[in-house]
Amino acid sequence: MKHLRAINKKALAIGEAVAQVEAASAGTPADMEEDVVALQQQPRPHVPMGCTLSFSPGWEVDAGGGTAGLCQPVERDIYDCYVTCFWPVQVPDHVNYSPDWASNCATATKDWRSLDLVFP
Amino acid sequence: MTVMQAPAYRRAEYHGFEAGGSHFIYLVSAGAIFEIDADVRAVLTRLDGQELTHAALVRELASDGRDPTEAEALVRELRAARLIELGAVAPVMPQAPPADFPLQALVLNVTNQCNLACTYCYEFGADKIATPAGKPKYMTLETAQASVDLLIREAVGRKAVHITFFGGETLMNFKLLRDVVDYANMATAAAGKGITYSLTTNATLLTPEIVTFLSDNRIGVTVSMDGPPEMQDKHRVYKNGKGSYAVIEPRLRTLIAHHKTRAITARVTLTEGVTDVVRIFRHLKDDLGFHEVGFAPVTTGEERAYSLDDNGMDSVLAQFSLLADEWLEYALRGESHGFTNVSETISELISGVNKSHPCGAGLGLMGVSPSGDLSPCHRFTDADTHSMGHVSSGIDRAKQGAFLKKGHVEAKYDCQSCWARPLCAGGCHHEAFVRYGDTGHANLHYCDWIRQWTDTCLRIYGVLAVQNPGFLERFAERKGLS
Repeated sequence: MKHLRAINKKALAIGEAVAQVEAASAGTPADMEEDVVALQQQPRPHVPMGCTLSFSPGWEVDAGGGTAGLCQPVERDIYDCYVTCFWPVQVPDHVNYSPDWASNCATATKDWRSLDLVFP
Repeated sequence: MTVMQAPAYRRAEYHGFEAGGSHFIYLVSAGAIFEIDADVRAVLTRLDGQELTHAALVRELASDGRDPTEAEALVRELRAARLIELGAVAPVMPQAPPADFPLQALVLNVTNQCNLACTYCYEFGADKIATPAGKPKYMTLETAQASVDLLIREAVGRKAVHITFFGGETLMNFKLLRDVVDYANMATAAAGKGITYSLTTNATLLTPEIVTFLSDNRIGVTVSMDGPPEMQDKHRVYKNGKGSYAVIEPRLRTLIAHHKTRAITARVTLTEGVTDVVRIFRHLKDDLGFHEVGFAPVTTGEERAYSLDDNGMDSVLAQFSLLADEWLEYALRGESHGFTNVSETISELISGVNKSHPCGAGLGLMGVSPSGDLSPCHRFTDADTHSMGHVSSGIDRAKQGAFLKKGHVEAKYDCQSCWARPLCAGGCHHEAFVRYGDTGHANLHYCDWIRQWTDTCLRIYGVLAVQNPGFLERFAERKGLS
């Protein structure tokens, strides 16, 4: 550090961290203006909840093509996409067009057969 | 539609101060202290009351005649050190220590009986929280041994543990002390740990034999006393009202002359009419020969006859500042002064502590009542409402967890905007309980006082960092901080 002189132990530790940051960016200085994404800004944008933000695996499969190892069962994922999300995925849009799609399906593990196709 | 706004820099939370002709900042999120140059001051001035984008900040710094590359590097340095932040950043709070934080020290209340009747006593006075009725008055050897065993068992990974003997009047159960020290030396040696001891006493029962025992076993001694005769005898009296100064004076001289292995400390309670800090310090340090003297205002709930009012506190702080100046003069000459209140704060500033909790109570330290009940510290001894397990059955983790959750600085709303929170963290749990009925309440009655005192000690630290940094290094070594 050139402008700050560390004079206690905690400040020395920060000095070491600053030196690491500076060493790491010495070759290719990061663009300070670009080091930001929209979610960190004020005012915060409105973002609906959903799998794209919570990193749910959605309808994906694991590396072996199975679903057993995913962090949520597929039955639960139906509602991750359907309820609260407008995103055009493979389940109907609960927010805008198909609010009643799952009304015959109280428990996905038992009643999944009553979920039907949607013809918009 | 998302509105894209260019993010802007703002100043992080800090406390700026000048000392010894230099400028410094105390960075609140970390407890770090930096000496800063004119360029840093220029950045902080630019960001006073306004936010600037990266480009705008660099442009303004360059317009003062700085090389744009230098200005860019300056901003990068301050951002990497988090003295300036991009956009609104939630305050960083210190993490709570892990739930299995190892025990380091126990305060054994070897008796809850006392031969004095100090009017302000937190254990027996008007604001007492102890409920000793029907409980043992003296600790038995079995309970003490179980305490030592618990300490060793719970001090996982620690190289050494510490036992403080406390009361009531500790020396009313001196017989137990000898046996406990023998047992604890043996048990810790068998467990491959070191052990140190300390003791707090009112000094009325000290004898040459006891002093020899304390010295031989390297037991640190803190004497609770209030100063020269007229101040000591104001509150520190026997049950018949007779003052205790004449009794303790010759005993103190024996103690200080013959206890050679550890520093002897006096601990003064400041009350209404006992606020002449400088005179008390001179008497205890120069006339009696104590190595260290520390002061604390009395703990009271509502206004008591002996409470310190605001005027009293102002006078105390003014005199603390006089002694602090003297402490600095000594330090600049490389000498030790003995005013504990400065020494303690300087120790914490050297490390750069950033406390999640105000002290180690209920965390690395616990109190044990004569009956073996565990409590957060000695001040909660025998208070049923604050028991935290028993030496025979172990620490009650649920109660401990609840106490620590309440006491975390993050849970104290008033502390969130205070720059002194890394050191204070809301203040004494016991004082908060007596004053506000809640151990997790910030001690709002002394906030201004704490900030002024922390500022005073930061200035001392700054002067030493510039003019005699070697003293700080030696001080850290002596206190075992390095």
